[in-house]
Amino acid sequence: MTALVIHDVAPLGGERVDLVVIDAVIDALLPAHGADAAVLEGLRRNHGEVARVDGAGLIALPGLVDLHTHLREPGREDAETVLTGSRAAARGGFTAVHAMANTAPVADTAGVVEQVWRLGREAGWTEVRPVGAVTLGLEGKQLAELGAMADSAAGVRVFSDDGHCVDDALVMRRALEYVRAFDGVIAQHAQEPRLTDGAQMHEGTVSSVLGLRGWPAVAEEAIIARDMLLADHVGSRLHVCHVSTAGSVELIRWGRSRGVAVTAEVTPHHLVLDHERARGYDPLFKVNPPLRTADDVAALRAGVADGTIDIVATDHAPHPPEAKEGEWAGAAMGMTGLETALSVAIHALVEPGHLDWAGLARVMSTAPAAIGRVAGQGEPLAAGSTANLVLLDPAARAVVDPAQHASRGRNTPFAGMELPGAVVATVLRGHPVVLGGRLATPRPAGPEQGSGSGSAPGASAR
Amino acid sequence: MRHLLSAGDLSAAEAIEVLDVAAQMAATSGRQINKLPALRGRTVVNLFYEDSTRTRLSFEAAAKRLSADVITFSAKGSSVSKGESLKDTALTLAAIGADAVVVRHPASGAAHRLATAGWIDAAVLNAGDGTHEHPTQALLDAFTLRRALAGGTGDLAGVRVVIVGDVLHSRVARSNVLLLHTLGAHVTLVAPPTLLPVGVGSWPCEVSTDLDEALTRGPVDAVMVLRVQLERMQASFFPSAREYTRRYGVDATRLQGLPEHAVLLHPGPMNRGLEISADAADGPRSRIVEQVANGVSTRMAVLYLMLAGSETP
Repeated sequence: MTALVIHDVAPLGGERVDLVVIDAVIDALLPAHGADAAVLEGLRRNHGEVARVDGAGLIALPGLVDLHTHLREPGREDAETVLTGSRAAARGGFTAVHAMANTAPVADTAGVVEQVWRLGREAGWTEVRPVGAVTLGLEGKQLAELGAMADSAAGVRVFSDDGHCVDDALVMRRALEYVRAFDGVIAQHAQEPRLTDGAQMHEGTVSSVLGLRGWPAVAEEAIIARDMLLADHVGSRLHVCHVSTAGSVELIRWGRSRGVAVTAEVTPHHLVLDHERARGYDPLFKVNPPLRTADDVAALRAGVADGTIDIVATDHAPHPPEAKEGEWAGAAMGMTGLETALSVAIHALVEPGHLDWAGLARVMSTAPAAIGRVAGQGEPLAAGSTANLVLLDPAARAVVDPAQHASRGRNTPFAGMELPGAVVATVLRGHPVVLGGRLATPRPAGPEQGSGSGSAPGASAR
Repeated sequence: MRHLLSAGDLSAAEAIEVLDVAAQMAATSGRQINKLPALRGRTVVNLFYEDSTRTRLSFEAAAKRLSADVITFSAKGSSVSKGESLKDTALTLAAIGADAVVVRHPASGAAHRLATAGWIDAAVLNAGDGTHEHPTQALLDAFTLRRALAGGTGDLAGVRVVIVGDVLHSRVARSNVLLLHTLGAHVTLVAPPTLLPVGVGSWPCEVSTDLDEALTRGPVDAVMVLRVQLERMQASFFPSAREYTRRYGVDATRLQGLPEHAVLLHPGPMNRGLEISADAADGPRSRIVEQVANGVSTRMAVLYLMLAGSETP
């Protein structure tokens, strides 16, 4: 039995409290300074050593949940491992991440998802929830054993061929239908492949000048429209990965109004950066889907503000240096995001007034946990909830320095940018994995962690 | 001029300076001994990731006539096709002590990376990068137009140029639109809609999809024909070579109504019978052979302005 007291912290930026955690559960929220000598003495008597964190000036949010993370293991351990990615997640305030399936071998069997899940558990820095591939080898042809992955110890509920679009309408229909049996969700990478053959950046004024092959907005929007109609037809839920265009936001708004069970995510980088960044041909700004126009950026922010876009997800995509330093067309797509996401979201959503702290907690914790059916994550900061927490300093401002990142990837487009907010502490099921802004100790893997049941009580995602 | 990466980097004054120096260079080439000592002891590397015999020879001749040491480096296949990376090649060239690197590469922006990634200090001259730009081609075209239409001096104010062909994939078109605009010319691009980039509306030129209309709307002083690659047919950019030629091919009949002084340009190599007919290419308006000669003078001017001003190590 262990006890943790966080003094004088503001849950969701509201009234300050003393937060008492016993083992993996929030035991009580006392009024600020309520955890006095007597209370501490009582805790000491019952639980031995009491860890204490000074939360003065800090805001507590439920631990962040990322629905879209590339941890690269197995296969590309030179880019990231489950361990290094987990440490990056902890640093970024994430108590759960969803590891995408485009590894080598592809996470299209129970064996691979269990391996990733087990590596995450052994690492102990964050809860690693594997995403299963929709189709064998991400080839879009034949369904992978979705049920076996769902029933495995990893308890997979999110399935995605991310990196590739499930473009065959019939395969997509079957996948949407099939996962209903275990309350799964298909997370679609919406990209019509023929319209984006060899595409390098957003098709528009900048691509025309740079002579880089265009990735038109319609290639994303056409697939989203089709998938919403399919999901509606078969009565399944659909999740749209990394929405990047104003047209997509408009379509999803329309789908919602029709009652389609669609949820959507946006990445931090699409909320801040636009295609003008490509002008120097620096492959750090090469990403899929590509950076769009300033109007798209504004529409995406508005979409988060009005709830059309449910969540912010990082699409953390680490790459080794050589993949990002040559000519644009030969460079890899993707950006790291775990250690900058919270700051970027504060910059893009909280500071301009699109979201308050509770709203930020909704889009970065509660809603992604609900979509992924992750038990014990994204719970309210109340007695009885699992103690997955992040403490952030809203007054801090820091310049992004990739050399300081725990991720193996250095490919952040935010290098050199000053951003608000800093993660001071991350608490994973009662265990502080980050303290004072630094990695502390991993949470020892206990038999109780990661039930693999995958069903969140009262999960209410559309 | 530190680097020459885009025709858009040049101000009108800088562009005119290049053309003026090119005219001086052209005057020397008629001499018995046409070698100038300007770049003695300087090393110019021709770094060609793409086969382009004519451009490579033109740069080689230009550098040699300025007495530079010329190293030609034909890097077969870029990192796109798993060869040595651009970075490693750049580091090699830096170690060799290159003063200027003339780079031709199939990837748009490769010259930018070479100039700005911090691998090498040499001056970088873009000799064609993917479907982005080919600034010395635009300079030699401007030089040719200035001789033919403007008495060989000053800018090209008021000159009307029609550029017809595969604008989407053409680095020549991009560089020419930027440079001709800088020099005061009016450019009209003509292509089938499939071969115009989305976003072309933001370029400083007019755009048409009807060649005959563009040639007859007002007086045209020059027609520039772009090469069309037959592979484009397979990707549904146009239905057939015959149809392309009928709608966008330049022949003597189409040139008939132009003013007496109007000239015809083509950057080469030509597909005779596709984008240009023999009677047009070999006709009296053609300046196509002259373009090749002007290419050497123009490239001499660029190399001279990039290197001769700087200190010799």
